[in-house]
Amino acid sequence: MKAIRNFFEKTKPHVQKGGKYHWLHSTHDAFFTFAFVSKETSKSGTHIHDFIDLKRTMSIVVLALVPALLFGMYNVGYQHFGALGQLGTAGFWDMFLFGLLKVLPIVIVSYVVGLGIEFIFAQFRGHEVNEGFLVSGILIPLVMPVNTPLWMIAIAVAFSVIFGKEVFGGTGMNIWNPALVARAFLFFAYPGQMSGDAVWISASGVETMVDGFTGATPMAMAAAGNTDFNVWNAFIGLIPGSIGETSTVAILIGAVILLITGIGSWKIMLSTVLGGAAMGLLLNAFAGDNVYMALPFWQHLIIGGFAFGAIFMATDPVSAAQTEKGKWIYGFLIGIFAILIRVVNPAYPEGMMLAILLMNTFAPLIDHYVLEGNIKRRLKRAKVNA
Amino acid sequence: MSKHFKLKRGLDIRLKGAAEAVLEKAEAPKTVALKPTDFPGLTPKLSVKADAPVKAGDALFFDKYHPEILFTSPVSGTVKLVNRGERRKILEVVVEADGKAEFKAFTKADPLKLSREEICGQLLQSGIWPFIRQRPYGTTAKPADQPKNIFVSGFDSSPLAPDYDFIFQNDKSALQTGINALSKLTEGSVFLGLSPKQTNGVFSGLKNVTVNTFAGPHPAGNVGVQLHHVSPINKGDLVWTVSPQAVVYIGRLFETGMLDLSKTIALTGSEVKSPKYYKTIHGAEVCGLLKGKTKHETHERYISGNVLTGTKVDLDDFLGFFDQQITVIPEGDDYEFIGWADPGINKFSASKAFLSSLLPKKEYTLNANMNGGERAFVLSGQYEKYLPMDILPVFLLKAILANDIDKMEQLGIYELVEEDLALCEYACTSKIKVQDILREGINVMVKELG
Repeated sequence: MKAIRNFFEKTKPHVQKGGKYHWLHSTHDAFFTFAFVSKETSKSGTHIHDFIDLKRTMSIVVLALVPALLFGMYNVGYQHFGALGQLGTAGFWDMFLFGLLKVLPIVIVSYVVGLGIEFIFAQFRGHEVNEGFLVSGILIPLVMPVNTPLWMIAIAVAFSVIFGKEVFGGTGMNIWNPALVARAFLFFAYPGQMSGDAVWISASGVETMVDGFTGATPMAMAAAGNTDFNVWNAFIGLIPGSIGETSTVAILIGAVILLITGIGSWKIMLSTVLGGAAMGLLLNAFAGDNVYMALPFWQHLIIGGFAFGAIFMATDPVSAAQTEKGKWIYGFLIGIFAILIRVVNPAYPEGMMLAILLMNTFAPLIDHYVLEGNIKRRLKRAKVNA
Repeated sequence: MSKHFKLKRGLDIRLKGAAEAVLEKAEAPKTVALKPTDFPGLTPKLSVKADAPVKAGDALFFDKYHPEILFTSPVSGTVKLVNRGERRKILEVVVEADGKAEFKAFTKADPLKLSREEICGQLLQSGIWPFIRQRPYGTTAKPADQPKNIFVSGFDSSPLAPDYDFIFQNDKSALQTGINALSKLTEGSVFLGLSPKQTNGVFSGLKNVTVNTFAGPHPAGNVGVQLHHVSPINKGDLVWTVSPQAVVYIGRLFETGMLDLSKTIALTGSEVKSPKYYKTIHGAEVCGLLKGKTKHETHERYISGNVLTGTKVDLDDFLGFFDQQITVIPEGDDYEFIGWADPGINKFSASKAFLSSLLPKKEYTLNANMNGGERAFVLSGQYEKYLPMDILPVFLLKAILANDIDKMEQLGIYELVEEDLALCEYACTSKIKVQDILREGINVMVKELG
């Protein structure tokens, strides 16, 4: 421990301004503060500061994502062996290891590319490296189909970090959720590779698929008029889909972590679910003989990316509404639009991504009206007392 | 008409080292000093030279732009030195006490029988006037102004705060006289805010004052929070705020005709061997109060005031003008290995991200470490939890950073001073210097709008 600290302390002068290795300053600082909480003490203002910082906050979000990640790995293997018709013979570890080997490279590419760009920007700006990408870097793999080529992941990450975040000024300044920007970029830039039924299951090069196997997600099936999926499997997560989004159970474990620690906004989570349920009910009421519209509203919450988006994406504090009242409106509208786009728009199988990006865009407007309300109320109060 | 306010938002930071209800007499300070730096925006002009003899109540310096506002010596003795900082800015005017207790004579009279002008005159001459603060901005009140109301908070809710019922236990009549004097200064009322626990203390039964009670965590005792709920200020409104200590000083001045600035302070904090109360004098040197009373004497931080709003002092410094306590905490200037991953059973936090949140009664030793680097605003809804006012603090701070005067005005800069947002700064995940930013904003407002 001491040796590491001495190493960092000894090398510190060399990365300061004017030092030979100044170009490594941000990198040095990032690793040093990652390993050791700085000894810097308060110079002005309050003398004590809470122990919570952005590193703590972000690491808790990453922790909350771990169940979804682990289950995602298992499910990748499960779907693979399912496609081969070998579910009976493949054991738990076969499936998990298969998934691990498929998912790990995606996670590594995401972190290496994203953090690399973050370090370079921090160095140029003379900032400390922000922790925001610790979360984005794991969110991005979790919303990708497992068959996405690594080079596409790299391009998507680079696009989202540079154009989704750094051009606005870095963590805390971005308008859209960076992970969704990456997903949307791939969705619109490479529609051929990113849609259809083949991307969800890692079984390329395998010719011996079982008869009748399509690899379609329950949502794609529902859009095609077949809502006869296994609800229990959808809840557990043993369905095709993006790596981390399939298991409602794993996502709920993450939600519990975020809610106990108070790091995720319960208002946004609840209002998003309420919005989704409300839209689902409304569609049910006007369903007629449209089977997708007739899908029971609660089933919408466990298929596709709805749960994952509501818990981990909509709650991103930077791109969400920032006033407490605004959060209710913001979340509710995400729920509404997600289900609306999902069911009514035939071009997009899933609406969650677009609904969140849309409401990210409108979040400042929502806040603006909440703010105006506050200003008006305060002026009125003056007249009453005058 | 008495009202009760129940405030939900806020936080009581549970620190170790609250003062025991024992009063000791501290050794008489050899030197005392007044620090112009306790008054943001003040430009002092000296009225004495070094080595001049002074009595308690003689002016040491005055406000260049309001020469009627004097700052007077709390003791008799000789002016020892004037410490100056950069560009010859006056940092402190030090008086060496001669121990003779000679007082300049002021009028001894019942303030209820005096006119407003006579009371103002005596307060200005005696140097007590600077204790009267105005809102907006939290600057020294101007004698020519007519305040809508005057507010006094009868309790301090900040961490390890002294118990006002204890430190003013012998000052009941001075409190009443002081309140009487204040009641002549405004056409409105004098409001006193009390905690519901203070049913039988020195503040009960005071006349010429409207009492309201405020229940809830810190900052319920902040006078700004109280006046926000009783009679909020908007553009054009002006109220004055006075601390109970100042009310006592005013009372003594009219009762005795002398400037008696002796006071009781609390010596608190986890690094103090036995935290208790000490009787000393306004502006006393800190070393007399601290020497031999702390546990380690190195890597300690001495604070004149509380941990949220106090000023860092050294042993050769002096008590701040408005401070009622000294707090000693560990400096915390050491590295901690992957501290962000610590489960945190010993880490008190306003958030629920540490195991300590499972122990709702435990008291903690907190040090002055920043516990993280400064970041942009990332989280939302955090500050609102610690400000029991109808104000959106993050948007106000952003307006200040953007130098948008209209927005600052609309979002409530008139109602806040630093202490009201101190908890937000403590709890901030991004370690943003909230109090500094707010003062910058207030300075802009003073400069642009006067």
